[in-house]
Amino acid sequence: MRKFLKLLIAAVLLGVPAHAQENGPLRIEITEGIIEPMPIAVPAFVAENAGAEAFAQQLTQVVTSDLVGSGLFRNIDPAAYIGSVTNFNAPVSFPDWKAINAQALITGAVSLTDDNQMLVKFRLFDVFGQETLLGLQFAASSQSWRRMSHKVADQVYARLTGEDPYFDSRVVYIAEEGPKNDRKKRLAVMDYDGANTRYLTGSDDIVLAPRFSPNAREIIYTSYETGVPQVFLMNVDTLSRRVLDSERNMTFAPRFSPDGRKVVMSLSSGAKSDLYSFDIATGQKTQLTNTSAIDTAPSYSPDGSQIVFESDRGGGQQIYVMPANGGPAQRISFGTGRYGTPVWSPRGDMIAFTNISGGRFHIGVMRTDGSQEKLLTGSFLDEGPTWSPNGRVIMFFRETQGSGGAPSLFSVDITGQFLKKVATPTFGSDPAWSGLLE
Amino acid sequence: MTMTKMGMALACVLALTACQDFRKNGTDGVGGNGVSGVDPNLVGANDPTSVAYFNQTIGDRVLFQVDQSTLTPEAIQTLEGQASWLLANTSYTTTIEGHADEQGTREYNLALGARRANAVQDYLVSRGIAANRIDIVTYGKERPLAVCSTEECWSKNRRAVTLVAAGLSG
Repeated sequence: MRKFLKLLIAAVLLGVPAHAQENGPLRIEITEGIIEPMPIAVPAFVAENAGAEAFAQQLTQVVTSDLVGSGLFRNIDPAAYIGSVTNFNAPVSFPDWKAINAQALITGAVSLTDDNQMLVKFRLFDVFGQETLLGLQFAASSQSWRRMSHKVADQVYARLTGEDPYFDSRVVYIAEEGPKNDRKKRLAVMDYDGANTRYLTGSDDIVLAPRFSPNAREIIYTSYETGVPQVFLMNVDTLSRRVLDSERNMTFAPRFSPDGRKVVMSLSSGAKSDLYSFDIATGQKTQLTNTSAIDTAPSYSPDGSQIVFESDRGGGQQIYVMPANGGPAQRISFGTGRYGTPVWSPRGDMIAFTNISGGRFHIGVMRTDGSQEKLLTGSFLDEGPTWSPNGRVIMFFRETQGSGGAPSLFSVDITGQFLKKVATPTFGSDPAWSGLLE
Repeated sequence: MTMTKMGMALACVLALTACQDFRKNGTDGVGGNGVSGVDPNLVGANDPTSVAYFNQTIGDRVLFQVDQSTLTPEAIQTLEGQASWLLANTSYTTTIEGHADEQGTREYNLALGARRANAVQDYLVSRGIAANRIDIVTYGKERPLAVCSTEECWSKNRRAVTLVAAGLSG
């Protein structure tokens, strides 16, 4: 298998007028209430030399798709354009863009250098404020053109929202094929937008619920390779893998600690499943919970001090928080129905979960103390939320009902307004988002 | 007629799939009360020491209520038969598969399947079967037998299946 392309991006600030302010008037707030998508114009990036034409076109398309896909921006149909951009360095005619109500304008240029390197330049303009908000250039191998597109879109997103970006990221998931009673499952990695799927395992053994390490170089997942479900650690580049627990226990629901040194997971023993942490370097395991209940789906807080997990210790499946080394656990879910698969937001402020109530499954969010619960989705089966690197979007899977039922990946923003399907080559389930790539 | 041909082709595909499932998963593709007339395990089903007899006559599986791992009276009756058979046929080992229906989250259902398999294991051990003859594995909701999304199918999927295999050496 080929390795992931290492992307060496040199970002150079292009001339941005000194009067451009950090808190300019052009800004989208992602909080509550209805968000009206900001109309933007992204004229085709200029190809500055021979061979760059196709790249310029594709970059424009991916940058636009990222921004529109966030739900925060609306792309103005190029057919409506009055002005055009044929020279990246020519002055922008703001009245032409005002006339079509473009709030923001993104211009770009692409050129290829001798050694198959690609140079991407772009500028972001506040059309009505008539000022340049951003000007940057990136250089990298032309093979990395998608990542460069995501980097451009990330810069625009961050500048216009004030939020951290999330487009240059990957998702590890389970690619599924075949009928419901003979489903084949493979471990797969893709760009966050569904592009570039790469399969990491064959379909001989059931694989479940993979998660990225903090630096996205390793994956932990559950596999039936040994005949029982066991947590494996895999290197994404070499695909070498090993079982984490030296004993033949059934282990599942793994997740890395924020420093990447430990993995917390469930270990099934008798009628119960307890939580354990495993030190990756030493292999030492530490029991964190010890009840007769099912304790599973653990997730660390981003500062590593606490673990949120689900347990039926109170009689039904609910969400609890405890110190990362074990100790008293506090129940935080008190709404209707059952609560599972809690995941701590990378921002630390919220917990995403699956709620089962009224015969339907929902993806929801709550504060870390359980307050301000909000269900974002609902269907026959919505399950397994994972946070975007900036904690503003949640990906999950939705399985359809009946004998032909099959899962697909979806994403929803934390206001619940913008739900969309993430296209994958096969059925998809159990997504887990990486952090922002380096 | 094209329609007819397609219908027949589909039937063949289904039959093949069922057959492959059967070989791969032991008895897992067949109901405990015997469903298929061409089931190869039926050969020898009249022999009380055969695996086919265990699967078809005694019953290789027990079913559970929603989100429960408590053994029902029917389940206990089946397990009594399984225990007697295992006590009489000491060269066989077993693997108990615990399964859940699709109405739960993946991780929870893995734990629930383990709990169900454990309930069967505990019962068989309590009836005198050596613990080292019994292995357990949970499949959670990964291996449904019935594929519709109604209680009719879900009730069949909430199961623990006792797979017997020759193999205890010594």
